[in-house]
Amino acid sequence: MPQTSALMGFVHRRRRGAELFLLVLALAVGVGAYAAVGIGVEGSVPVDIVSYGGWLAGLVVAAHVAVRFVAPYADPVLLPLVAALNGLGLAVIHRLDLTEGTTFARQQLTWMTLGVLLFIGALVVLRDHRVLTRFTYTFGLTAILLLLLPLVPGVGKTINGAKIWIGVGPFSFQPGEVAKVLLVVAFAGYLVLHRDALALAGRRFLFVDLPRGRDLGPILAMWLVSLGILVFQKDLGSSLLFFGLFLVMLYVATERPGWLVVGSALFLSGALFAWRAFGHVQDRVDIWLNPFQYYNNPTPPFSDQIVETMFGMAWGGLIGRGFGEGDPTRISYAESDFIMGAIGEELGLTGVIAVLLIYGLIVERALRAALISRDGFGKLVAVGLASVVALQVFVVIGGVTRLIPLTGLTTPFLSYGGSSLVANWVIIALLLRISDQARRPIPDLSGQDEEPDEMNTQVIRL
Amino acid sequence: MNKPIRTISMFCLLLFVALMLNATYLQFWRADSLDNDPRNRRVIEAAYSRERGAILVGREPIAESVPSDDRYEFQRTYPIPFKYAPVTGYFSFFSQTAIEQTQNEVLSGEDPRLFVTKLVDLLSNDPNKGGSVQLTLDPEAQDAAYEGLDALPGDVEGSVVALDPATGKILAMVSLPTFDPNKLASHDLDEVTSAYERLDADESEPLVNRAIAKTLPPGSTFKIVTAAAAIESGNYTASSEVPGGATYRLPQTSGESGVIDNEGRDCGTDRIPFVQAMENSCNTTFAALANELGAEAMLKQAEAFGFNATYLEDLRPQAESVFPEDMNPPETGQSGIGQFEVRSTPLQMAMVVAAVANNGIVKRPYIVDEVQSAEYDVLEKTEDSDFSQAISSSTAADLTQLLVSTVDNGTASPAAIPGISVAGKTGTAQSGIDDVPPYAWFVSFAPADDPQVAVAVMIESADIPRGEIAGGQLGGPIAKAVMEAIIND
Repeated sequence: MPQTSALMGFVHRRRRGAELFLLVLALAVGVGAYAAVGIGVEGSVPVDIVSYGGWLAGLVVAAHVAVRFVAPYADPVLLPLVAALNGLGLAVIHRLDLTEGTTFARQQLTWMTLGVLLFIGALVVLRDHRVLTRFTYTFGLTAILLLLLPLVPGVGKTINGAKIWIGVGPFSFQPGEVAKVLLVVAFAGYLVLHRDALALAGRRFLFVDLPRGRDLGPILAMWLVSLGILVFQKDLGSSLLFFGLFLVMLYVATERPGWLVVGSALFLSGALFAWRAFGHVQDRVDIWLNPFQYYNNPTPPFSDQIVETMFGMAWGGLIGRGFGEGDPTRISYAESDFIMGAIGEELGLTGVIAVLLIYGLIVERALRAALISRDGFGKLVAVGLASVVALQVFVVIGGVTRLIPLTGLTTPFLSYGGSSLVANWVIIALLLRISDQARRPIPDLSGQDEEPDEMNTQVIRL
Repeated sequence: MNKPIRTISMFCLLLFVALMLNATYLQFWRADSLDNDPRNRRVIEAAYSRERGAILVGREPIAESVPSDDRYEFQRTYPIPFKYAPVTGYFSFFSQTAIEQTQNEVLSGEDPRLFVTKLVDLLSNDPNKGGSVQLTLDPEAQDAAYEGLDALPGDVEGSVVALDPATGKILAMVSLPTFDPNKLASHDLDEVTSAYERLDADESEPLVNRAIAKTLPPGSTFKIVTAAAAIESGNYTASSEVPGGATYRLPQTSGESGVIDNEGRDCGTDRIPFVQAMENSCNTTFAALANELGAEAMLKQAEAFGFNATYLEDLRPQAESVFPEDMNPPETGQSGIGQFEVRSTPLQMAMVVAAVANNGIVKRPYIVDEVQSAEYDVLEKTEDSDFSQAISSSTAADLTQLLVSTVDNGTASPAAIPGISVAGKTGTAQSGIDDVPPYAWFVSFAPADDPQVAVAVMIESADIPRGEIAGGQLGGPIAKAVMEAIIND
């Protein structure tokens, strides 16, 4: 397609070979970490290293092959980044299992398998992400139902004070994790339709274009839903995540910083209200400000988790203790929300920065897909998913390292937790689909076409 | 929509940079203070489980880690507990003291000097082993000091310190009463707590290392400092005549309390030879000399020997020996015989005689001789260093002459060693408290012509009738035994 090249000046290459090479590196991280855990904790390479490594490699190769066939132009970096994180997370969970006598790693591997299958399924079924615009309201409604589900008596389960779980047979499931993907799609579908109304009408006040009163409806609704999650489910993290996500997408859709002003004001007032009204929010803030004061407290609130994490990370120092040499099981829930504490202790600042860089690259790649995407819906979904990852990482790792008050959220791809892992794999599938569409060359329609009018019409192959 | 996407990118970048800076702050800048937090169980448990290096005296370990089959991998043991406890200190789950504390980085294997060994361990996946610390103590001198002090009747409270005058090496350091560090290093933490509480509540203070951590009036042994100041002033030599007399009235005083006498020793009238004044430990002479020299000169001389300062880096806590500032004439007179508010640790008085023995140069005392790797390769050997030139070498020679004469013909005779010239001085210091008996002191060095060892003995209390307490009778034989242990080595 020489004409297209001349027209656009640039055509993305598929780079599937590069992806395969990076995947080998990612596998080396995952399998190497698993071997290091065995050597560090038990003194020898685990006997099941071949079957474990083989399983992991099988999953990764399956994902790679699926991408090669159904999304050949997709971003080549995203999948290896995620594979490396997931492999590292499995190794760290396995390390904690060895000390605690639990079998979380095995369950996590099962969930990862399910996640990869859903990832492949999503890529195969969804050949064009714009199809999703049809389900804007369905998804929105489903998301709200899923969020409400834990409040239904008999179905909902309260674990560690947060009503964000539902019991399905022997399994516990966090519907919020699925809801966040559905919400991104629903927001994007809604905003791409109504962006003009939201963007153009309004009045100017102090150099900022403020939205019209009647357009405030959706944002107020979302604000109330977020507050509802906070009030009824006591889930600070999800509440923050959903509202932040909505705000970012609204701002991107309308290109009006005014929304950020309104949103931030709402967020601050909501936070202030929550702090004033709820004891558990006050406790979180107190612990954040004076963690040592509540350490080894005889009665709640306790700050042992955060203080042990700080001690552990400090003890890990620059290069870490090494697998098996630290004492990460002093941190309760080290395998889920506090997994960064375990990584900081045993892999050191080096490991923490590496993990943060991987997350940073995932967000960067997702935002890049948003930038080059040719349709508004794709841009919004990509930005939304990037924000989900960025906000979730910031909220949970910032909370664990005492940058901000602690709010319960899982660390994407690292933490033990099936719903989160599966949902995150689907997020990556959506991002790959959008980037595949964006990087795909524009179909060659010039030359043969007689009518000049058609030159400007883009036809998208489905 | 690309412009807001770029803005959001910048925002995300900020979030990630904030996370990275915070992690760096936590794991790099704040790491040390968090690691040193006493509540940090990780550091303690790891130190507790690790094979900690040995503390060595001669070839023998006086503290070592042996494999243990309970919850921790190693148990710290002290094979010769009571004799060395004030030096080794203890290594308990809750805290460490003395060498166990100051050399903790080496013993635990955290010291950067062990880095090469650590790297090899890391690569060969060996567990991290701590380095060893070789002490300067001489086992025979320590035995002599401990047995001599312990042989006194009753519950002895006292201390012995021996120094190598030429280097400042501490050859012996004993403090009584002492304790069993094995009890505090036990893995039975309840037992540790109760043992510690018992020791801490004991009024005889077994956990205090009296050699460095408790100051008492040095009494007549301080006359060496007064004599040093007098000879340094240029007005006196060993053969000069000094003020004498049976009594001396402190300036600006009236009545009984302002009069100093010699408790019956012969100090002549008016002027007597310096040798006689030292031999008979004439209070009248040294009180008069102190006033003649003035508070300022006395302070200068005392500080040149190490008073009002700390100098030992290897053990903590240390008490600063005190020579008061801004004294009036009666106080100055009393300070000349080591009374008023003059207070000294046994180590300080050992440094005073060691300086006389070492041509007037005060060496900085030290007790850690070598830092070794777990394989006993020497990583660092402590170099001796000068603390000060307290007196000229001619003053030192004059003082030696006076002190030798004190052993040969005077009050310090119990320390005499046949065939060897010994220099020494006794002291019996009034405690200044009615019910508390006087403190017996003895300082000496030998051989006088080629000094190898300087000793200070301090007996705070023992089961001895008040009237019989005298530095020479009690401390002299102990000092003699310690000196012999070194010289006959």
